[in-house]
Amino acid sequence: MSNFEFSVLFGGRAGDGIRQLGQLWARLLARRGLRVFLYDDYPSLIRGGHNFTVVRAADFPILAHRERINLLVALNEETLQRHQENLLPQGLLLYDSSGGREFSGLGVPWKEIVKELSAPEITRNTAALASAAKLTGIPFEELAATLEKDLPRAREVNLEVARRAYVATPEPRLELPQGAERLPTFFGNEAAALGAVAAGLRLYVAYPMTPASSILHYLAQHAEALGVTVIHPENEIAAVLCALGAAAAGAPAMTGTSGGGFALMVEALSLAGQAELPLLVVESQRPGPSTGVPTYTAQADLDFVTYAGHGEFPRVVLAPGDAEEAFLLAAKGLSLAWSYQVPVILLMDKHVSESLFHQELPLSRVPRVSFRAWEGQGEYQRYAFTEDGVSPLAFPGDPRAVVKVTSYEHDSYGITTEDPEAISRMQEKRLRKGEGLRQALDGPEMVRTEGEGEVALCVWGSGRGAGLEVARRLGLRYVQPLVLEPFPEKTLRARLSGVRRVLVAETNATGQLARRIAALGLKTERILKYDGRPFTVDELERRIKEVLR
Amino acid sequence: MSLRRRPEALDTYAVNTWCPGCGNFGILTAVKRVLKGWEEREALHRLVMVSGIGCHAKIVDYLAVNSFYSIHGRVLPVAMGLKLARPELTVLGHAGDGDAYGEGIAHLIFAAKRNLDLTLVVHNNSVYGLTTGQFTPTSPKGFKGRSTPKGSPETPINPLELMLASGATFVARGYAGRPEHLAGLIEEALKHRGFAFIDVLQPCYTFFNTYEFYNQHVKEIGPEHDPADFEAALHLALQWDYSAREAEIPIGIFYRVEKPLYEEAVRVPEKTPDLSAHIATHHL
Repeated sequence: MSNFEFSVLFGGRAGDGIRQLGQLWARLLARRGLRVFLYDDYPSLIRGGHNFTVVRAADFPILAHRERINLLVALNEETLQRHQENLLPQGLLLYDSSGGREFSGLGVPWKEIVKELSAPEITRNTAALASAAKLTGIPFEELAATLEKDLPRAREVNLEVARRAYVATPEPRLELPQGAERLPTFFGNEAAALGAVAAGLRLYVAYPMTPASSILHYLAQHAEALGVTVIHPENEIAAVLCALGAAAAGAPAMTGTSGGGFALMVEALSLAGQAELPLLVVESQRPGPSTGVPTYTAQADLDFVTYAGHGEFPRVVLAPGDAEEAFLLAAKGLSLAWSYQVPVILLMDKHVSESLFHQELPLSRVPRVSFRAWEGQGEYQRYAFTEDGVSPLAFPGDPRAVVKVTSYEHDSYGITTEDPEAISRMQEKRLRKGEGLRQALDGPEMVRTEGEGEVALCVWGSGRGAGLEVARRLGLRYVQPLVLEPFPEKTLRARLSGVRRVLVAETNATGQLARRIAALGLKTERILKYDGRPFTVDELERRIKEVLR
Repeated sequence: MSLRRRPEALDTYAVNTWCPGCGNFGILTAVKRVLKGWEEREALHRLVMVSGIGCHAKIVDYLAVNSFYSIHGRVLPVAMGLKLARPELTVLGHAGDGDAYGEGIAHLIFAAKRNLDLTLVVHNNSVYGLTTGQFTPTSPKGFKGRSTPKGSPETPINPLELMLASGATFVARGYAGRPEHLAGLIEEALKHRGFAFIDVLQPCYTFFNTYEFYNQHVKEIGPEHDPADFEAALHLALQWDYSAREAEIPIGIFYRVEKPLYEEAVRVPEKTPDLSAHIATHHL
């Protein structure tokens, strides 16, 4: 394994097009066959403030970003002030020298180029991209190809700006190698959306909320091609109930939100539990409580989603840590929801939802939605008692069946009951599905493990990127449960057997995964971070070394 | 055991628990009359009834038809999901006045605004029955309920005015004391292409007995009213403001127009997508 890697930080004000700049750079390098990872950091405002995007590229697989950077691309002075200290000793600074500004780096007059061409102000980001490309020895043709493919509009003017900035930038200071693999790139949310589609999604209905909104945007943009009806209704309550209505009619449906929106959906989550309706909810976490820090990241809703809802009913909580897992677990989630007629929560967070991953999606490995269909024998009973608690499904429109779905406690036909014996029996029927789920999910494929070290590093969800890399670097045993409810106790015990120390790293203040592991009778050492920022590889490594010292 | 009380009967074995004299019986009678016709046309299996929570909602237990017994205030989003998933279904929603005009008022306004092809029958008795007698959004000012012992200081909502303002394409009012007339309204509402709304005056015999008041004041809208005339519909809707004031209370179809359907604008045809091609185009 080679160890070439190259991190660039692009910074500027919101409205400078930093996010697009980072994405274009990432795609440009991805097309060279380098592996890339993109992290986006932006405050909750439309213009002004400070935005930055870090794109790390390497010739080995990466799923996380670094603190230290090789190239700092500053569209404003604040970027310089904030990030210069992250620049490696041999690192380069690239900045806008318009108006005669001078700093100890390479200045290119991007603003003046844009002005001379009477191009829109936003195209300054293209100028910056072109300078970064020139400086790293990327031929202009490669840059032009990416601009032509990935720019949504004004390609001509952007190409012109790029050409001028490319010429105005000094000769390359660095050669970026060609990598071996050319893989597609996905944001975590895009991968989750595609996973649900691959499993047979028919309806996506969601109210916008960061960091889940891009699922809505992505599916709305590609609705026809993907065969999914996409609805943005009046609120989260309508969104989840609309999904339940669709499920009752036989259409696989999904909704997506963040913690605050999920709080509004909890009433309907109980309804899904009682009415035994299949439902997939994406909950992409951000720091709370309440509105919290809307555009940053946290893993603090695990307890919430696990216990949300009044009454007792089985549910599944799955937590992907990269695009590939988001794809697989969204598909698995939808499929489990239909197999067991239960709500499934795909628990993501800003860091996995809005980071760009460079991975293949396992298209051929996804489960398709299937369910136990009623065979038409006798009179239909929506809540027929079965050994595993799963009743056969029929849908309205079937001339042989009367389908009665209900939020009330009910008998096997779906007629309201308050009879004590009937209440206990139906409750037991529902809980039997939980036992089936436990057996289906407490297996080796649901706990990712790597290495045999005597010290284990446990992470969940977006902890994967930095966690896996640091575990490899330090020779730790890497353990990541993909399912958190039902908690895979048996498998985790097996994975952690022979381990001397159990470190648990997560981005919350109380150690929500650590508590679950501690409940298995294992002593845990917690590495927590709750400033809204994800672990970088460097920070996690430092924190682990402190603990192990 | 069978869901139907008798073979070929529309009603189920569920024991009816409405109070004697409940206005819901009139609505049930009207609905059954309409559904009989559907049964004869062998179209009943395409019907789904959705209800909320409250006395009105029990109607789904009493009829051997497809149903979704939802939760308080949430009839319309469930109905929307059913209809979007399967446009060939006929969706008949039932809601109470607390349900539709209190907890679920945002859904109601949006349902009217969207013009999804649905029917909503509101069992409006101006009192919370199942929670034993509190005031509702349509209780008259001064209503003495268990949560407003000194009398409600609020002015009632006029649901017809609200629905007209929200863009509903079919707005009607019925009276549970005239089930035959009501059956006609429900029939027309189900035939209507678009969001059809019927506010049904429904006396609660136990907590707010309005039979005498309604019997005196209710009057069927005559043929002189043009339901395509929005101004005339609004004028008629404002004739009585849901207060205890003595006034003629029109029942019948206030407003009926055709507008484009929501589901036709938003629904995407089912297909098996080519994900490899999609990824090659948008992600490589």
